Amino acid sequence: MGEPISITIDQQTVQAAAGSTILEAARQAGIHIPTICYHDYCTANGLCRICVVDVEGSRTLQPACVVQVQDGMVIHTRTERVIRSRRTILEMLASSVNLSEAPEIQDLFNQYHSDASRFPDAEPRHPAVIDDNPMYIRDYAKCILCWRCVQVCAEDAQFTFAINFSGRGYETQISTFYEIPMPESTCVFCGQCVGVCPTGALKPKRQWLLEMGYTPDEIMSLTRSQRQRRKRREEISQNPA
Amino acid sequence: MLKADKVVPTTCPYCGVGCNLELHVRDDFIFKVTSPFNSVVNHGNLCVKGRFGYDFIYNKDRITVPLIRKQPQKPGQRTQAFDRSEWREVSWEEALEYTADRLVEIYQRDGSKAMAVYCCAKATNEDNYLLQKFFRAVFRTNNVDHCTRLCHAASVVALQMAIGSAAMSNTAAEVKDCDVFILTGSNPTENHPIIALQMKAAVEKHGAKLIVVDPRRIEMVNYASLYLPIRPGSDVPVFSAMAHVILKENLYNLRFIEERTENFEAFASSMEKFTPEFAEQISGVDRQLIIQAARMYATARNGAIFWALGIPESTHGTANALSLINLALLTGHVGRKGTGLNPLRGQNNVQGASDSGAMPWHYPGYQAVDIEENARRWEEAWHIEPGGLNRQRGLTTTEILAAVHPGGVRALYIMGENPMMSEPNLNHTRKKMQELEFLVAQDLFINESGAFADVFLPAASWAEKDGTFTNTDRRVQRVRQVIYPRGQSRPDWQIICDLAKRVESRLNRPNSAYWDYNHPSEVLEEMGRCVPDYAGIRYERIEEMGLQTPVPTLDHPGTPYLYSERFPRGRAKFHALEYVPNAEMPDEDYPLVLSTGRVLEHWHGGTLTRHSWMDDLFPEALMDIHPADAARLGIKDGSPVRVTSRRGAIVLRAKVTTKTNIGVVFIPFHFREAAANLLTTDAVDPQAKIPEYKAAVVRVTPASEEELAADIDSQPRGRY
Repeated sequence: MGEPISITIDQQTVQAAAGSTILEAARQAGIHIPTICYHDYCTANGLCRICVVDVEGSRTLQPACVVQVQDGMVIHTRTERVIRSRRTILEMLASSVNLSEAPEIQDLFNQYHSDASRFPDAEPRHPAVIDDNPMYIRDYAKCILCWRCVQVCAEDAQFTFAINFSGRGYETQISTFYEIPMPESTCVFCGQCVGVCPTGALKPKRQWLLEMGYTPDEIMSLTRSQRQRRKRREEISQNPA
Repeated sequence: MLKADKVVPTTCPYCGVGCNLELHVRDDFIFKVTSPFNSVVNHGNLCVKGRFGYDFIYNKDRITVPLIRKQPQKPGQRTQAFDRSEWREVSWEEALEYTADRLVEIYQRDGSKAMAVYCCAKATNEDNYLLQKFFRAVFRTNNVDHCTRLCHAASVVALQMAIGSAAMSNTAAEVKDCDVFILTGSNPTENHPIIALQMKAAVEKHGAKLIVVDPRRIEMVNYASLYLPIRPGSDVPVFSAMAHVILKENLYNLRFIEERTENFEAFASSMEKFTPEFAEQISGVDRQLIIQAARMYATARNGAIFWALGIPESTHGTANALSLINLALLTGHVGRKGTGLNPLRGQNNVQGASDSGAMPWHYPGYQAVDIEENARRWEEAWHIEPGGLNRQRGLTTTEILAAVHPGGVRALYIMGENPMMSEPNLNHTRKKMQELEFLVAQDLFINESGAFADVFLPAASWAEKDGTFTNTDRRVQRVRQVIYPRGQSRPDWQIICDLAKRVESRLNRPNSAYWDYNHPSEVLEEMGRCVPDYAGIRYERIEEMGLQTPVPTLDHPGTPYLYSERFPRGRAKFHALEYVPNAEMPDEDYPLVLSTGRVLEHWHGGTLTRHSWMDDLFPEALMDIHPADAARLGIKDGSPVRVTSRRGAIVLRAKVTTKTNIGVVFIPFHFREAAANLLTTDAVDPQAKIPEYKAAVVRVTPASEEELAADIDSQPRGRY
């Protein structure tokens, strides 16, 4: 971070370190800008665009999480254009993704008076839950493609590179390469991805089972190795030869 | 969407990194683990064990009722009882009365030399302090040890000889402040996963250069500037050849040597013979690589060395560690932020168990038992008559078992350890366990060692009790009770106090050593009164964030890195070294060298992780073998092999991989179906008494599917 420079956010003069982002400068000044894909401990990518702001002299709205402040910049975080844009982003998200386990996004719906059913003809995505390992499940019907999981699996934390985008456009989904089961990928099951998922698309398996109504005792009897070993023991006791 | 009843911060029970956890609980069931992103230790990152590996707590095979063997056991004919039908469920009252009677009977007949205890690097500081206090104050024996003996004992001895203290000199997270670091005898991506992340970031984001010196081509080699693929046991020649090059090329730090070290001349002349050519001949490493590594490390601004058990677990482990310490002293790479000597401690609380006196030669705080002043201090603390405490050094872990015979050790108390998996040469260990007259197991499961016991005391897990762990950074962190103890299980500290009182009253001791604690925080305070490094630690000071020892006073902020001003022994001491081969070297009958260690998904003897869903990810023992060796022996990937050493044989599947080098095979020691320690040698380092786990010679031959003891389908995995 370099020398402090002076900018204006919502008519307020703010000192910010050169090289900081609009989001960081606004936070320092106590001005709230909403975020969804942004995470304090991940690299910002400006993917979801909920953090857009109006910067005087810019043709388009600017994502506050990645755009750096410049001396004399004049920023408006709550213009009609900004609000309409955020509302529409939320409505489009709701039209295709199950946001039932994303309380922070639901709060934004209320704040921006978004209409979750504004696009009734949109086709929601509902891929099946992927339950291919003993540690966590992947329910991509709840995935907003924020990319946090991909980033922590890569250079933001783990350097494991087990997952990335697959498909294009509407078909885009997070996946292992060639959609192989997770244990056969480079995954080390650190669960960093589960830790940053904002919508419940990634979830510890035991939590998922508990939510589906299994009791802790039932859950604990669901392990592959113990099931197999019990079965083998029974086979041996039936046919001692 | 599931709402947690509560979210409780605590510390991970697995490795020495000491990650901060938050356990999410619903109806006494932990359904999720997260980590705070602002944690100074792990920044919100966890590994598979920390995030998912806690479920052993709820395993149906866990023992939650005190048990006594139905069939009385006799020395020499002791058997293993894994089946619950061989045990009788009893009340705590009966279990503790029985245990006290038997221990007192043996103590009164044979005296303190007959008593021995294995403390536990998984248990809290408080548990360990109390257990060593119990055996020292009540049974007057120093036969107190724990698995540090099988782990970093040689590093501890070497660091004490050269520097006068034994812990990591830096904080692990300081690796980002190095510009060159050496990693040797350590596979952090599997054994210290969060430190591995910090190392990867140091290389990829902060421009640090990494030098890996290891007989296995571990994942960190992908991030290394230099990789020196040494033969097992050639550590002293390679690191001493680096010192040789640094001396010849005048790359050493004369000012540091003159101001802060001693014995330089003797050391320097002993390095004369370690030419790069000599080292190449012994180690198989290209001499140019050794020269480059020496220059890179010596010319670094901030150089650091990180090592784990590949260095100490050797019959010349102390010399191995000294060869690393010599390098750091020669270049002055110690005592500043981002430089230093860093033995990565294995267990969550091996640092703390050692600090708490779970060792045969030291009271808590590394106070030697054979120094009168120290004994007097503890006699006063424990209300013991002058001269009451035993002044003789006790037996180490391996020596305790070796001494099991009439006239030697008769009663053994095991808290949480599993020597029947973790000792070398298990066939020998088995005989010694059978010879015991009385064995107490205090654990969560009937493991291979507990199965030999007369009485089983069910302990509460780490999530069911309060206490502290001290991590590899010397950071004392809180462990919190999150759920109720399962069944009738009780926290270790309560079991020990309850039992100690019963024994004391049988012995009619005039004063009690004191066992009436209301809370573990009182135990830590008691220890702090006699251990200056812990004097300033109070639970209320570490509720939010742990403190790094030494913390001498109540307002001391803790010590992130050591030796900035002086070394504990004053001047650090160089040591002259000689090359000594391993106890066993490959020959025609046993042409391969076996190295043992851990895999990411499992923990040591397997008592915890093999009762976890992690066992589904890695369900069977696999032997890593290089493709060239495999082709020569006619072994395919996944095919069963028999591995034979001079001490035993096991059958398991081979994994053909370049992760190990030609001439070296690797077997993890978690799996009782193919216990690697049936093969390992019990030859020990003469100074540190640590066994040579990393170099037994073996023969590998193809075997049939029928000979495999594994009873489960293989799990294909794609990770490195």
